[in-house]
Parts: sequence; structure tokens; C-alpha cells
Amino acid sequence: MSATENRSGPPGLWTRIAHPGLFLGWSRHLVVPLALLCIALFAVGLYFAFPGSPADYQMGDTVRMMYVHVPSAWLSQFCYGVMCVSAIGTLVWRHPMADVSQKAAAPLGAAFTALALFTGSMWGRPTWGTFWEWDGRMTSTLILLFIYLGIVALWRAFDDQLKAARVIAVFTLVGAINIPIIKFSVDWWQTLHQPASVFRLDGPTIDTAMLVPLLVMTGAFSVLFLTLHLVGMRTEIGKRRVRSLQTALARAEGGAR
Amino acid sequence: MSAIGAIIGRELRLSLRQGGDLLTLLVLFIGIGVLVPLAVGPDRALLARIAPGIIWIAALLAQLLIHDRLFRADHEDGSLLAFRHAGLPLEAIVGAKLVAHWITGGLPVIIAAPLMGVMLGLEPMTALAAVGVLVIGTPALTALVAISAAITVGLRRGGLVAPVLILPLTLPVLIFGTGALSASAMAAQGQAVLLLGALSLVSVAMAPFAAAAALKISGE
Amino acid sequence: MDPSTGYRPVSLSAPRVSCVRGGRVVFEDVDLSVPPGSALVLRGPNGAGKSSALLTLAGLVGEKDKKIEWVGADPETEPRTLIHLVGHRSAVQDTLTVRENLVFWTRVLEGRQERVADALAASGLARLADAPCAILSAGQTRRLALARLVAVPRPVWLLDEPTSALDDAGARWVRELVLGHLARGGLAVAATHIPLGIEEDDARVRVLDLGGETLL
Repeated sequence: MSATENRSGPPGLWTRIAHPGLFLGWSRHLVVPLALLCIALFAVGLYFAFPGSPADYQMGDTVRMMYVHVPSAWLSQFCYGVMCVSAIGTLVWRHPMADVSQKAAAPLGAAFTALALFTGSMWGRPTWGTFWEWDGRMTSTLILLFIYLGIVALWRAFDDQLKAARVIAVFTLVGAINIPIIKFSVDWWQTLHQPASVFRLDGPTIDTAMLVPLLVMTGAFSVLFLTLHLVGMRTEIGKRRVRSLQTALARAEGGAR
Repeated sequence: MSAIGAIIGRELRLSLRQGGDLLTLLVLFIGIGVLVPLAVGPDRALLARIAPGIIWIAALLAQLLIHDRLFRADHEDGSLLAFRHAGLPLEAIVGAKLVAHWITGGLPVIIAAPLMGVMLGLEPMTALAAVGVLVIGTPALTALVAISAAITVGLRRGGLVAPVLILPLTLPVLIFGTGALSASAMAAQGQAVLLLGALSLVSVAMAPFAAAAALKISGE
Repeated sequence: MDPSTGYRPVSLSAPRVSCVRGGRVVFEDVDLSVPPGSALVLRGPNGAGKSSALLTLAGLVGEKDKKIEWVGADPETEPRTLIHLVGHRSAVQDTLTVRENLVFWTRVLEGRQERVADALAASGLARLADAPCAILSAGQTRRLALARLVAVPRPVWLLDEPTSALDDAGARWVRELVLGHLARGGLAVAATHIPLGIEEDDARVRVLDLGGETLL
């Protein structure tokens, strides 16, 4: 491996991003700045979310739930996008970093989706009077959570992680085709069984005083995702290195006997 | 063409000779039809209202029960490896297996559906309509089950993970399937049947490629 | 196309094959070339990559640089239809009869069904033709798997431990089968840790030891 790299001279940009060893090198310098940026954004966002913004005239202080709920709902979908891009990287270029990226994103996606559902139901209780409403959006988010959990379960079930990455990439892309269909079917189902009491959110346009914290918090959550994804990828590469060193050791021991 | 016939023929023979599979399938399907009235009470109006949903859930569970036999035996006895050198591409072989699997796993359920409908207090006409709707919708179930079965074929505990993968994907089939039979929304029934048909076409078109891709990776 | 054999002889050009499986290099830059009418016997301890080499030649395990060529093959035919791969699992369904199994594989591999009877006779299974495969011994199951080679003529045989589970008579039969195949201009690659008994045939058989360095 290293011999070919020495021959090819200084590594190009793509090699630098893509080679696991080099990735560990350059990403080390990114983790702390990203974490600091994330903390700063959360500080600003939370300030605007609590003392810095008004309560809603209808929902009162519970509207502040939105500043957590909307960003996590956004990330629940963004994360699937990251997994799809990585899945294509795995299948087309068979790149180990794409595998690692897929694997690190899955539990994060599940966590953000669960957070979106949890905050949604916490918000639903005071506004709709119920923790759970079979609302189209909530239902399809719940199904998305199941898909994420299925993918996490698949990762855990495979021994051979290289094979796992490619098989799971197939499933991720099948899921990507199905998610819009699921969303559509749930919407269709909801118009069929429209409950009368649901309070619709899409009516009033959002006020600037609420838009600022919402945007900052969305930024903060996105940076949080990036940081965690990066740390997750680094951990996964580390785990794989340990594994391959152990395999090499086992083989050396086997040969010595 | 002869190869496609050979594969379908083999699957049918295997399924008929291992008659236990077919029997288990039917007992499970009808068993759900017995359990539900016992669980929720013999209120005919309530049963008739939830009957379409019960039929679809039973059909889905029946598919889950037999998903493992679709590729696992072929994977374990080396047939999948030999299929890779057939005259036909693996995608076509998977397609043939899908047809056979639908005949052995979907058709019995479809034939038993009117009986189940009557047990659940459906009007005879609705019970017959259930047959048509199942014919339109079960290919999608078979296709989605096949994808998940192919993905988990290399796993020793694959039988446990596959249902977790299948359930979210089959949700639209369940929704449109029950929508097509629900008496409360006559206007939407036609639309649901069309959407169900579209779903079956998309899934059946996609499944051989996705499943073959997963099988190829698992075979490495 | 030679009408008596049913195929056109091909030669395998694979001067520098590498195999990477599960992220580790199984072997690198190995010459697996075989001319028509001859055989390559792969030997080596478990894990040396004998089976991997066969899967690589069969095109089932990723070979990045496309260094494997079937020279002389009709460009219209898919390489997979040139090849018989008999793995260590026999691809025999217990609930089907011996004949049903062979007819099934003949149809799937797109051979002619007239040869099925010959193949059953050649493999010594003619009298068991209508018995379910569940009652076959391991050796008989192996013979049935190898009967495919007779039923569907193809120029390339990739055999993984062909004599495993076979007694002496069975092993002799495999040897005759392979030598007959070579005589008809076919080529064979066999992975085995038991000598096939054809290795001493210097003119047509090359023996390659894989992973010899781990034999300390």
C-alpha cells in the first residue's frame, strides 16, 4: 500500500481526503474547531431561543420547542441524504471512506429522527392535546426511524464489514426510492382518515424574531451532526485498524507454530 | 426460456413436496383470522370495518414467515454460485424465483382470503373483491420481501433482521391495500387500486436488480 | 464450434492475477494462465487462496484490473457461459430426484437434455436416477455435482476440491473425467489439497503452490 503511494509522489487532494490514514491526519485538526463552532452556535441559538425571542401568541412558550424540533427533523432527512451519497460511493468506487461514512451516519440519523419525534410529541401535547397524533408527517418520520434502526441492525449483524457496506448500500438506495413512496402513501392515508381536531401549523408565516433563532439553531445542529459524523468516522477507522492489526497478529501467531 | 421454466418448475416441486410449508402458511393466515375476533370480541360491525387491515397484515406475516426459503437454501447448498454460470443473468433467475415464490407463497393466501373475509364478517362481495386487490398488491409484497431476503442471505441470523427491513418498506402496500377495500371511503377505492398496481409494478421492476446485486455481493 | 465436443476451445490468459478479499490481499501477481487442453492444479494450505483463485477466475470476486482474458472465445458469448464452477458445495436439492436435479441444471446452464442420460451413466448414478437425492451418500452427491460437467459441455472447468468425499474409485473417475476433458481441448483449473493423480502428467498439467511461505 505505502509503496505505491511513495511512487506516485505527493498525494493529490482527492487522495488526501479519501485515504483513511491521511483522513485521520487532517481530520484531527478539524474536530476541536468544529466542536468550538458548534458550542458557539448553540450558545447564540439558545440565547435567541429563550430570552431573545417572543413567545407565540397562540402557543405561548411551547413554541420554543420548535428550535429543537425543526433542526432535528431537518437532520433526520439530511442524514439519509449523506448515507445515500456514501452508498453510491461504496457501490461505484468501492471506497472504504464511503463505507465508514455510511456506517457512522446511520446511528446519528436514528438519533436525530428519534429526537424529532420526541420533541414533536412533547410539543404536540400542549398544542394538540395529545402526545401522539397519526399525522402524516409524524407517521412518516416514525417509519423513517424504523428504516434507520433496520440499517443499524444490519450493520451489527454483519461480520465482514466490507461486504456489509455494499449490501447495506443496496438497501439504503432501495430505501431512498421507497421513502418518497412511503411519504406519499402516508399523506394519502391521512386525507382518507382526516381527524377534525388537528391543529395545522402551516397557516401563519413565521416572524423574523423566531426565524433568527430557528436558523441559528439549524446551523448549530448541522455543525453538531458534522462534528459527530467526523468523530464517528474517526472512531470507525480506529476500530478497523485495531481489527486488522489483530488479524495480522493472529496470522503471525498461526505461522509461528 | 427453458431455464426460466426450469427454475419455476423446481421451486413449485420443492414447495409441493415439502407440503408442510404450504400448510403452515395457510394455518398461519387463517389462524390470524381466528385470533383477531377472539382478541377484539365478536362485534360484527367492528370486525367488518377492520377486516381489510387484518387480511393485509395476515398476508404480510405469511410472506415474512416464508421469506427465508427464497434464497437461503440456494445460498447454503451452493446453487447460487452455480446460477452465476447459467445462460441467463442472475437478475432473470431472481425474477423467475420471484414468480415461483409468488405462486407458492402469495397465491394460497389469495385463495384463502375470501374464507378469512367471511370469518371476519365481510360482505361476500367485499370478500371476493379482496381476492382481486390481493392479486394486484401481493406482487409488491413478494418483491420487497425478496429484496430483504437477498440482503440478509449471508447472515446467520438473517431471519431476524429481515422483518425489520421489510416492515417499513411494505407500509405503502398495506395503506393502499386496505384503502382499496375499506368501505368507509368508496370514492378513494379506485384510486387506491391504481396506486397499489403502480406500487406492484415499481417493486417488481426494481426487485430483481436490487436482489441480484445483494446476492452477488453476498456471494463474494 | 466443434460439433463433437459442443464448444470452441479457449485459452485462459491471466499472467498477473491478484486477489483482495475482505480487505486483505490473498495473493498477488500470480500467473494463472492455462492453454487449451491442459490443466492447472492449485495447491496450498487452508486459507492460501485456492478457492479465491477459482472465484476470481469465475469472475465472481472483484478483479480490479481485468487481467483475466478468455482467448479464442466467441466475443458474443458471456464469459460466464464458458465456465463450469463446481464449488465444494454440490448445489444438489435433497427433495428432488437425481434425474430432476441434473435435468434442472442442464436446463439452467442451457445444455441439451439428450446428454443427461449419458451423464448419469458416466457418473455411475443411472440406477439411482429416480431416487431422491436425500438418500445419496456424500460421495454420490459429489458425483451428481460433477455429472453436470458431462451433461453440459463447456470449455472451462473450475473445480474446488473435486475429489472430496469420493472414494478411490470416485477419485479415479474424476481423473478420467478431467483427462478426457483435456483430450477434447478443454482446460481445467482444480484447487485441491489431495493429489488428483494427474500431476505427474508433465506435458499437460502445471502445479502451482499458493501461499507456500506460511508452511513453516
